[in-house]
Amino acid sequence: MENNLYVSPSPHIHGGDSVSKNMYGVLIALLPALLVSLYFFGLGALIVIVTSVVACAAFEFIIQKYLMKQKASLCDGSAVLTGLLLAFNLPSNLPIWIILIGALAAIGIGKMSFGGLGNNIFNPALVGRVFLLISFPAQMTTWPTPGVFPMTYTDAQTGATVLTAMKEGATTLPSYADMLLGNMGGSLGEVGAIALLLGFAFMLWRKIITWHIPVSILATVAVFAGIMHLVDPVAYVDPCVQLLSGGLLLGAIFMATDYVTSPMTHGGMIVYGIGIGILTVVIRLFGAYPEGMSFAILIMNAFTPLINSYMKPKLFGDK
Amino acid sequence: MLKTFRIGGIHPPENKLSAGKQITGLALPTQVIIPLGQHIGAPAQALVKKGDIVKVGTPIAKAGGFVSANIHASVSGKVAKVDNVLDASGYKRMAIYIDVVGDEWEETIDRSETLIKECTLAPKEIVDKIAACGIVGLGGATFPTQVKLMPPPGTKAELIIINAVECEPYLTSDHALMLEKAEEILVGVTILMQSVSVSKAVIGVENNKKDAIEKLTSLAKQYAGIEIMPLKVQYPQGGEKQLIDAVIRKQVKSGGLPISTGAVVQNVGTAFAVYEAVQKNKPLFERVVTVTGKAVSNTCNLLVRVGTPIRYLIEAAGGIPENTGKIIGGGPMMGKALITADVPVTKGSSGILLMTKEESVRKPMSNCIRCAKCVSACPMGLNPTHLMNLTEFAEWDGAEKNHIADCIECGSCSFTCPANRPLLDQIRFGKGKVMGIIRARKS
Repeated sequence: MENNLYVSPSPHIHGGDSVSKNMYGVLIALLPALLVSLYFFGLGALIVIVTSVVACAAFEFIIQKYLMKQKASLCDGSAVLTGLLLAFNLPSNLPIWIILIGALAAIGIGKMSFGGLGNNIFNPALVGRVFLLISFPAQMTTWPTPGVFPMTYTDAQTGATVLTAMKEGATTLPSYADMLLGNMGGSLGEVGAIALLLGFAFMLWRKIITWHIPVSILATVAVFAGIMHLVDPVAYVDPCVQLLSGGLLLGAIFMATDYVTSPMTHGGMIVYGIGIGILTVVIRLFGAYPEGMSFAILIMNAFTPLINSYMKPKLFGDK
Repeated sequence: MLKTFRIGGIHPPENKLSAGKQITGLALPTQVIIPLGQHIGAPAQALVKKGDIVKVGTPIAKAGGFVSANIHASVSGKVAKVDNVLDASGYKRMAIYIDVVGDEWEETIDRSETLIKECTLAPKEIVDKIAACGIVGLGGATFPTQVKLMPPPGTKAELIIINAVECEPYLTSDHALMLEKAEEILVGVTILMQSVSVSKAVIGVENNKKDAIEKLTSLAKQYAGIEIMPLKVQYPQGGEKQLIDAVIRKQVKSGGLPISTGAVVQNVGTAFAVYEAVQKNKPLFERVVTVTGKAVSNTCNLLVRVGTPIRYLIEAAGGIPENTGKIIGGGPMMGKALITADVPVTKGSSGILLMTKEESVRKPMSNCIRCAKCVSACPMGLNPTHLMNLTEFAEWDGAEKNHIADCIECGSCSFTCPANRPLLDQIRFGKGKVMGIIRARKS
């Protein structure tokens, strides 16, 4: 028996954390927002989510198995997460074939072309979304108006998002209550502020993410948009509307915090968050697009390696 | 709010299965194997040869340099041979084999149980006595104690910190010692204070040993200058630098010596050994060893003579369980996996941990997802995943610039990694390389 002893270097125990635990944790945190999207966008939301999730998982499996000849790692949940996040960034009346293209861009270009999970530079779901936004601008910017379990899909009645309405000079905006609950036009996962914040609280509790990235993004947007509002209250809406509209909360809580594409130290996370906040407001207020969150995150993703090399952890003994 | 160190740290399951078990003496084996290199520094030089008759406490090897320690016979009997033995590190080292004949002690050793509080020796005399008795750090690092009690020029000792943290999961030998030998420990601490002429000592104990904290606190009232400080349970608080940070809020600079903060850190077991050496003339030839593990039928804290093969300890704990996969010398975080159960107990053996087959196998690793949990866990403020990459690509310059030499090999990074990456394996390898390069540059 003794001849069969295992010999390995220390440590001899492991904490039990795993990649899949973290991924499934994020999926659980997305559940409240998922329910909100089903409530307001009904059948359309269901079709978009199922298509996106299944397509992302399938593309990853096919690419790993037949192109990269690796063992498929579907069980880690990361492809499902990418699929759900991509769906959350789409309008609920998007035709299936466009969703498939988006899923292929997200998984194929955004993730697997870099070598799979852990190697990608850009957030895969956002790569998919931005790919679609540039390729299909019309379909990607018509937003179904929310209802109560609507059973419409591509024939849904459409309207503008808060940000588009502002860009076009509209003066009537949804009430704060509607914005908090999600009763407004927009991509299907971004509308319910309270649901997204519930997810944030869950992830903090489970120690999946830290507060640094979301809080620094939200604080930067609030301050920057607040200054602009003080300068010209007519041209620029108040910061609360900025915080609650568009993909800001979804992006700050779930997209910018993607492990792989965000910095490793708390200091680096804050720099990264401030960068995203500033870019978002700049694009929203001065750019051609009404919404800047996706672009802001992707741009800061590109800066992550640079931030990592400058923002080192605080060395023991430097205090 | 309990104090702890300020950077990183983890909280592994404590699994102190043998907590509260009384220390019991282990019957003598038929032969002991006493390695000559069982401390940090130069191996000791043998003073005996085959056929020599020794008693318990007879010096059998003398320190082989400034950083080295004397070694004494732990049994009485006849030297069988001086030969190689496979020790806990997995390397063959010279050792003295002694066949046990009876249990006759050197007459100079005071074997009575009476507590002797009074010590009137001068600092130099205390240090000499400690050196003569071969005392080394009993927390596991086995640094010769007398060296630590002679602060290098330009540094000054301001206080003694006693490491009674026992932050390794499973191990309870220090805990048991504190419960049963509290008075002796406090006298030992007083002697240590005297040896470096300081008037203050802090005993740092993690708060999972409330009974020991209570006992020491009530007894410490009779001893001037000794404070018992309960600490938050956090691994690796037993690391010397971490403990200093926790207790006096000072961090040793990268590459600096702990004494630069004014603190002299000694293990609680060492304090007891110092008491026995100075007050009872007893050299260090026995220690308390925890034998534990989830499948072990009779986990225990044993008083064991140095040189006893660990097979005897495991038998006293109920034998090797059926599905044992790993035998570890030390705790699960920093202990060494042993190749056989014939490895002898040394001065640094704090515990024997038997792990089941299921516990012994590592899960397969996957890609790093850059979650930075290792960065948050690292108590030295390093970036373990970055260091692992640098090591894999043999970027020794980069590894040195990113302070790989500061790694204390606590294993918090590997423990935390969700992708099961062998961070410490790689870093340990890289650290060895970089230290070699630094040494070569200096010489």
